Amino acid sequence: MSPVGGMQKTEGRDMLDDSAPLVKVENLKMHFPIYRGILSRRAGEVKAVDGISFEIMEGETLGLVGESGCGKSTVGRALLRLYDITEGSIEVNGHDVSTIEGEELRKLRPEMQMIFQDPQASLNPRMTVGSIIAEPLDEHTELSKSGKRAKVGELMDAVGLARHFADRYPHEFSGGQRQRIGIARALALNPKFIVCDEPIAALDVSIQAQVVNLLEDLQAQMGLTYLFISHDLSMIRHLATRVAVMYLGRIVELAPRDALYDAPLHPYTEALLSAVPHPDPSQEATRERIILKGDVPSPSNPPKGCNFCTRCPKVMDICRSEEPKWRNFGDGHFAACHLLD
Amino acid sequence: MIDNTATILDVANLKTVFNTRDGAVHAVNGVSFSLAPGELLGIVGESGSGKSVTMMSLMDLLPSPPAEIVSGEIVIDNEDVRAMTPQQMRALRGGKVGFIFQDPMTSLNPVFTVGFQLMEPLREHLGMSKSEARARAAELLDLVGIPDAERRLKDYPHQFSGGMRQRVMIAIALSCDPKVLIADEPTTALDVTIQAQILELVRELRQKMGMAIIWITHDLGVIAGIADRVAVMYAGQIVEHAEVKELFRNPQHPYTRALLETLPKAEGQRDDRLRSIDGQPPNMNAAPTSCEFAPRCAHAFERCWSENPQRVSVSEDHDVACWWNAKNGGPRHA
Repeated sequence: MSPVGGMQKTEGRDMLDDSAPLVKVENLKMHFPIYRGILSRRAGEVKAVDGISFEIMEGETLGLVGESGCGKSTVGRALLRLYDITEGSIEVNGHDVSTIEGEELRKLRPEMQMIFQDPQASLNPRMTVGSIIAEPLDEHTELSKSGKRAKVGELMDAVGLARHFADRYPHEFSGGQRQRIGIARALALNPKFIVCDEPIAALDVSIQAQVVNLLEDLQAQMGLTYLFISHDLSMIRHLATRVAVMYLGRIVELAPRDALYDAPLHPYTEALLSAVPHPDPSQEATRERIILKGDVPSPSNPPKGCNFCTRCPKVMDICRSEEPKWRNFGDGHFAACHLLD
Repeated sequence: MIDNTATILDVANLKTVFNTRDGAVHAVNGVSFSLAPGELLGIVGESGSGKSVTMMSLMDLLPSPPAEIVSGEIVIDNEDVRAMTPQQMRALRGGKVGFIFQDPMTSLNPVFTVGFQLMEPLREHLGMSKSEARARAAELLDLVGIPDAERRLKDYPHQFSGGMRQRVMIAIALSCDPKVLIADEPTTALDVTIQAQILELVRELRQKMGMAIIWITHDLGVIAGIADRVAVMYAGQIVEHAEVKELFRNPQHPYTRALLETLPKAEGQRDDRLRSIDGQPPNMNAAPTSCEFAPRCAHAFERCWSENPQRVSVSEDHDVACWWNAKNGGPRHA
């Protein structure tokens, strides 16, 4: 066991030895208050993330999928403590980050970084590419000016940007190149854990493949651990080691990739997979589709019982009254659904 | 020149240029296609390939200046569109031709009720009275699967979800029983499960109403499930055009093949590494004089750099614009 006192949470690590969890999340809740009226009275809350638990093993890619508004981006931001979380605990690389603040949190920032969806909005238009990539170095290291320049050059090589672009501004680049700038910035401090929040959603298909290949190469070279948030189920199938499916603030199913795609347990996962159009006309013509009725309910007023009961094609009486339990079905396949009881 | 015996829409050699302060942008460079009644033509291409500008040009919806339609013939239902007066154009838009845009939030007016916006084309184009129009508007909402249609006419766009708003847009586009429906990325802003709902709705409506549809998208998966024929656009030109199964089974243009290969598979054997298309699309500030895809093409040879290829037929209902293909006959069912 670890010689450090008070680290009881490392229990069970010995069993998994080579793939210990780098990130541990327990019962994470992130509720945003809604204020109404001239007195700004608290009128309720949006339960963006409502009690989720999972682990991310070192060196793996955990895919987090779900439709817009299901809370997947909130999970990513909460893990990096860009929000003050409502409840639960988050542990990244052995540090409990759920409650720490200020300088203590700042010191941990180099270990966990983020790549954002919109490379246009996440790069400061008034800074040169060189200074954007060097900013984390200014903030967290004591490198000399020439040392920083050398590091920026290395980073630009690593993400496939020519070094002489360092003096240009973001608007001079295409979407794919801008995303490379964002990736270089995220890598500047040798992080262990990176949250990729829809990093390819704003890119064209031919450019998506370039960026995904780059992310995979970097992971292999630097031993990175990714939480990859996306709504693109085919891309997640390509990238992820394990996949978690979110619906209305909760994870409904979590499984190793092949198990999830080949034998989904939860009706929502089934419907989601069936809704993905395949680039194959003969298959599309004959395929059975599960078309879900209606829209996702509001997270400020989620349905009683199972979250998915208002749209579930296999809904039963119990689903409307009782919340299904999160259960392990073996081989790392978890789901929460009354059908499986 | 145009043989329009069995077609509802014909476009020949359409060229659109934007004359900006920073020079000209040749957005559409000689696009030709036709559409049979009741048919669904898919147009795929990446952003900037000129798909939307082509459609906006058809309906003369681009602000001029900077846009200028340099050449082209457009015939809709035996009428020469380019010879039309502004009044005739206005009757055409929303009348014989319906439009659905990508973003249902920005294409609906937030300060008018959905009912008002549905009734507007009915009164304008079909001369209906207020009560007739209201009854028809409720029918239309019902047709596109919005529950409690009568009551929802009084609601404003923000009271509808994204998928529901797109249904409203479809209802408006269909209100005057158009012969041609142009749908510009209608499901791109929607979630997959909602996209599946809308695709199902369009399949149903096609059977019920029989209009011809042009469906613009960048998603090859969506095209595979809905189109009869597909045109692939690159740098303002149609580089390949074929019947849908033929295109996916037997793609001829190196760009089409690369595009299909970059997609991660949703089922079956998983690739270790995605194929990517290196480089960037061209900036289009001059009319093409060589193959625009040549800089990114693995097969480019001398002729590709000196002459712009034109579409040549490779089999019935399949044509491709590629010198390499013309020289080598292309891969057959590789």
